Amino acid sequence: MKKIDHAIVEFKEMDEMANRASPIHDLNPMVKLIATIAYIFFVVSFDKYDLNGLIIMVLYPIAMFEVSGTSIGACFYKLRFVIPLVCAVGLFNPFFDKATLISIGNVAVSGGVISMLTLMLKGVLCIMESFVLVATTSFDSICSALRRLHIPGFIVTLLLLTYRYISVMMEEVSIMTDAYMLRAPNQKGIQFSAWGSFLGQLLLRSMDRAEDLYSSMQLRGFSGEFLYAGLKPLSWKDILFLLLSLMIFALFRFVDITSFIGQLVM
Amino acid sequence: MHMADALLAPAVAATMYVASGAAAGISVHKLRKEDEEVKKLPVMAVSAALVFAGQMINYTIPGTGSSGHLCGGMLLSALLGPQAGFLSMIVILTIQCLFFGDGGLLALGANVWNMAFYGCFVGFYLIWRPIMHSNWFGKMGARAAQRMKIILASIIGCIATLQLGAFSVVVETSLSGIAELPFGAFCAIMQPIHLAIGLIEGLITAAVLTFVYEARPELIKEVDTSDGTVSNKRSLGTVVVIMAVAVALVGGVLSLFASSNPDGLEWSLFGNSEAGYSENMGLDEDEFGISSSAADKAAAVQDSTAFLPDYAFADNDSAAGTSVSGLVGSAMVAAAALLICAVCGFFRKKKSAAK
Repeated sequence: MKKIDHAIVEFKEMDEMANRASPIHDLNPMVKLIATIAYIFFVVSFDKYDLNGLIIMVLYPIAMFEVSGTSIGACFYKLRFVIPLVCAVGLFNPFFDKATLISIGNVAVSGGVISMLTLMLKGVLCIMESFVLVATTSFDSICSALRRLHIPGFIVTLLLLTYRYISVMMEEVSIMTDAYMLRAPNQKGIQFSAWGSFLGQLLLRSMDRAEDLYSSMQLRGFSGEFLYAGLKPLSWKDILFLLLSLMIFALFRFVDITSFIGQLVM
Repeated sequence: MHMADALLAPAVAATMYVASGAAAGISVHKLRKEDEEVKKLPVMAVSAALVFAGQMINYTIPGTGSSGHLCGGMLLSALLGPQAGFLSMIVILTIQCLFFGDGGLLALGANVWNMAFYGCFVGFYLIWRPIMHSNWFGKMGARAAQRMKIILASIIGCIATLQLGAFSVVVETSLSGIAELPFGAFCAIMQPIHLAIGLIEGLITAAVLTFVYEARPELIKEVDTSDGTVSNKRSLGTVVVIMAVAVALVGGVLSLFASSNPDGLEWSLFGNSEAGYSENMGLDEDEFGISSSAADKAAAVQDSTAFLPDYAFADNDSAAGTSVSGLVGSAMVAAAALLICAVCGFFRKKKSAAK
């Protein structure tokens, strides 16, 4: 399948996932957004050698995945192209940081290896947590949460409209690419001579479409911002979730539970 | 060029959020002042969606097997103006971050700065507008001259803004102090790669914009649509002065960083100073604090070729003790994770069976 068709399918799948029902799906989107950002903030703030402390942070996204019924495999499958990139950034660390940091049994492990692993784990954890947010919250809800957090209405409306039009545009591009490929078989991409006209044609048509869209919005009395019907008020469950999450993050961040458990067991 | 969350320290990420947020605030304010907010909204949304979809098209690069993509920032600012283009780019980057894992929520501020700010504001005010207002190619006739200026501005714009973006990635990563790759080496990897990418992106953007110019010139900003001479002429001199100031600014910042991080150049000047080389160059290596005996150098080479530190049989019991307890703890965490999965799976199955 073409890259663009993949993207269309993935958009639809994410939408379906976000519209399922679970205790996590039911939470107020604003609370989920704040908890996600706080989680990423705490994960990133770990010291570069603190692999031990960081490992325990994996429990939170796993609990979110499991309670919401989202498959962890789906996260890794969907983001299979991004995860290697996230992991690649730390690859140079072992070459530059060679001081021995710890020794396991009789084998010395350098600081570079530890910091590389920490960096990779940080990247994967952040991706997992962002994924679980999008998989349990519809885009409309995320936008309403952004609006409540006082992001300018103009930007939020632009986000919503763009999101709506991305699937339209991608389908259009997909059809055009198919048509091009059928007329020019055995080519890997768009040839040099058609670089301008290919997207240019679509651009011209899209501009006309935008004009129509503007007219129809005007006719329906659009005044610059969408109105959100049925905004959920914050309930005691939402506040409890947020407080608990923040407490868990702080506990994981400031108390070295991993080593503590290890010592207890030994 | 999307940066991941893990690459940034919280302080750097927050700073970049503030910078990008300020630019976004000013852009919204400017659009509101021009009273074009509502009118521009659909055009911006459709253009942003178009760039998003357009970035998935593979353009075959002649003579090679690889493919290039579209440069969003320059195209959007040429079509919508810098402020509207900037906001559209923010929206694209946000959706990419949420749905495709490109970049991250915490790194969004930095990514907006690296890819949208330079492409839209620097690209438009320092490159696109001066070139479009210049009277270059004046002898070619009005339309041909406009076309040449569009091509030139697109290519220079894409290359310059991508270089700035790539440089910012290096600076932000170095300031975060997470990756160990030295500043100079990182620069030496990033800048040339993005030079090539910028050239290709510039060519594609130029192709699209010249097509639009031929069909509907009024859609492009700062282009003279009449067949007469360009109004509000800016001479070649002004353009050169603006470019020179930009280059000096960037160069200044770059040298500031470079000087505090001795790089390959310095090593090659002082480090190779066997057999009186330093005397030939007139450089006193001792004064610069770099010793270079053959033994030192051999050790350095050996160090840099060994991947892991000596797998020495360390005789430090306490170090071994702490790391083992860490390992055991980690194993317990993994067990806890599995337990969460099992318990939740059990309840889910029970629930679906009850249904």
